[in-house]
Amino acid sequence: MRRYELVFVLAPTLTEEEVDEQVDMYSKVAVDMGAEVADVDKWGKRRLAFPVQKHKDGYYTVLTLDEEGGVAIAELERRFKVSDAVIRFLAVRIDEELKRVRKFETRKEARQKRRSRAARSTEQPVAKEEPETDKE
Amino acid sequence: MIKRKKFCKLCIGKYHYDYKDARFLSQFLSDNGRIIPRRITGACAPCQRKITTAVKRARHLALLPYVRR
Repeated sequence: MRRYELVFVLAPTLTEEEVDEQVDMYSKVAVDMGAEVADVDKWGKRRLAFPVQKHKDGYYTVLTLDEEGGVAIAELERRFKVSDAVIRFLAVRIDEELKRVRKFETRKEARQKRRSRAARSTEQPVAKEEPETDKE
Repeated sequence: MIKRKKFCKLCIGKYHYDYKDARFLSQFLSDNGRIIPRRITGACAPCQRKITTAVKRARHLALLPYVRR
């Protein structure tokens, strides 16, 4: 299973209800194409760093999807390209990055555990002398 | 402006550079909106690479500027 993050920006000319409608529509498309929606994060209206298609603001939404083959992503990208409401979008595969982060965290934990064990095994005054050394 | 640093930010715990976090990434941009080189930020090569891709993704989404005058 691969995890994708799909960020898209909707035009500020839409109303809040229309934005919700669009987001629901796209998540429904994802589900229909065999993806699982892990998370929907609506940022609301946000100022753009530069004008896009003459718009100065945009509604940002982050869709997190779990999918096997990338069919739903392809379909959503196609729809985003066609749609007038979507002014910018970006799809990124994030599962490998997440894996790397998790690996890093477990390694860090293991290191800390090892260190505390080492501190305990040595004589007590030494351990007392340096209680916190988790900075590196 | 960022002062010269001798350690790498990524290596001291902030190991995930998120392209959605514009405020965090903006510290790697100069006043003109250009990416600050490695020799000034002090990031290690893998980190700088991640910063660069993250900044470029953020720019595409109009979260960060391509140029600021």
